Amino acid sequence: MTATDPRRAAETVWRMESASIVAVASRVLGDVGLGEEIAQDAFVAALEQWPARGVPPNPAGWLVSTARHLAIDLVRRRTTYARKLAEVGRSLPDVEVADVNDALDDHIGDDLLRLVFTTCHPVLTTESRVALTLRLLGGLTTTEVARGLLIPEATAGQRISRAKRTLAAHGVSFELPRPEEMQERLASVLEVVYLMFNEGYVATTGPDWARPELCYEAIRLARLLAALLPDEREVLALDALLELQASRLAARVDASGAPVPLLEQDRRRWDPLLTRRGTAALTRALGLPGPPTPYLLQASIAACHALAPSAGETDWPQIVRLYAALGSVSPSPVVELNRAVAVGMAGDAEAGLALVDRAAESPSLRGYAQVPAVRAHLLGLLGRTEEARDAYRLAADLTRNEPEAALLRRRADTL
Amino acid sequence: MRFFSTLKVTSQPDTPPPTALMEAIANLGMEATRSGALVDFAGLMPVAAGGGRVSLAGGALTVTDGPFAESKELISYAVYDVRSRDEAIEWATRFVRLHQEHWAGWEGEADVQQVFEAPPP
Repeated sequence: MTATDPRRAAETVWRMESASIVAVASRVLGDVGLGEEIAQDAFVAALEQWPARGVPPNPAGWLVSTARHLAIDLVRRRTTYARKLAEVGRSLPDVEVADVNDALDDHIGDDLLRLVFTTCHPVLTTESRVALTLRLLGGLTTTEVARGLLIPEATAGQRISRAKRTLAAHGVSFELPRPEEMQERLASVLEVVYLMFNEGYVATTGPDWARPELCYEAIRLARLLAALLPDEREVLALDALLELQASRLAARVDASGAPVPLLEQDRRRWDPLLTRRGTAALTRALGLPGPPTPYLLQASIAACHALAPSAGETDWPQIVRLYAALGSVSPSPVVELNRAVAVGMAGDAEAGLALVDRAAESPSLRGYAQVPAVRAHLLGLLGRTEEARDAYRLAADLTRNEPEAALLRRRADTL
Repeated sequence: MRFFSTLKVTSQPDTPPPTALMEAIANLGMEATRSGALVDFAGLMPVAAGGGRVSLAGGALTVTDGPFAESKELISYAVYDVRSRDEAIEWATRFVRLHQEHWAGWEGEADVQQVFEAPPP
């Protein structure tokens, strides 16, 4: 391919390496907006030069060093301009060509980390962080970002450009977080990756149950972070969690596109490679010292399911313990709801029902379809069929996900 | 989408693989792993070290003990998780190029095949 079609080669390598190229240029320029522009210039240069001169032997290296040179040129031009200004009595800025050369010795891995911490900076709204991260780290076009997030292209474009303006307005530097702010900044990054995955895993609106492309982008990021920050437990744990969740993607829908709940899935369809990768990442995370953390506990729960040979052999008491621990480190009504299911499956549907009813008092769960869905399940276990049927129907009315509504109605009808 | 890539050697010098090649392969592996693309890989022992073959022909099962002659010897496999066939080809190209750069006289090929992902039942 690289030998035969230069344009296609340029596009492929760009897509694979754009995050590194943007990261390197942003590092030189200290600004992701400018960094992205320069990276694009390098890509355009490849599109112009490769068809005429042939694809270089190291296409990725060519793109990175071209972007670097373009970025340095820009710094030099600005420095010269600033000197001229200084000659007429103004002060020189901090940027020195020597600084730029020092920057070149840094590894791309560090630049990529800087890029992640910048696109996931807490000064940005969560939705801006997701869009900007997909764009700059995923190398997605604005059209693809829009398609992934199910938003109009104009909205995606606005989110991305607004995010860059916000970063500039807050003077966010293209730097790694200071050690004392590391955990907070990392949480902001992991939140973006997790949201991105979930947005793909359970499409909250529309006709599709899942958008695997978005899941894939999230996993790619989680893997990148796990490789760059191998001593951060929550990073490894999030990678583990996503690999384990993704191992079930193919089993989550039936032939008609309707969702299949975890306990009814054909486990032979679970992806053994992802299960193995997930459990390996979890084992590494558990080997690092520290207290239980939210992703670690969630990954442990996912691993309980992944390792059970059949639904009937699930270690529910262990899952109940893990949910209880999760509820104490990261209390949320949704966790309580999941704990209720586990308590019911562990044999105490009455207690599960009490948990649901308590969780349902939380304003954040008002109108949430999973509340009646879980109640219905527990009522069903208790043999309270009529109430269960009503609860399933209520859940079906509440969900905005069409295949899920159909599933819930079917449940009501087959009780 | 996932791609399965196999590396086969058709001819190589009698000397062991150069250290520089092994180093370059390790670095490429690290880069591919970091990017999330390389999700599984392994090197294989040569057929000359033993192994075997189970074949079904004419209704009969036959087990043949190794070693046996191979014109193209399978030496490693890699599984890439990428967005397109072209990306998988690019990773395989990088891998073969390392042999070109670091081991004069080595000849072989990397095949890339997409992993079948079953549609819902």
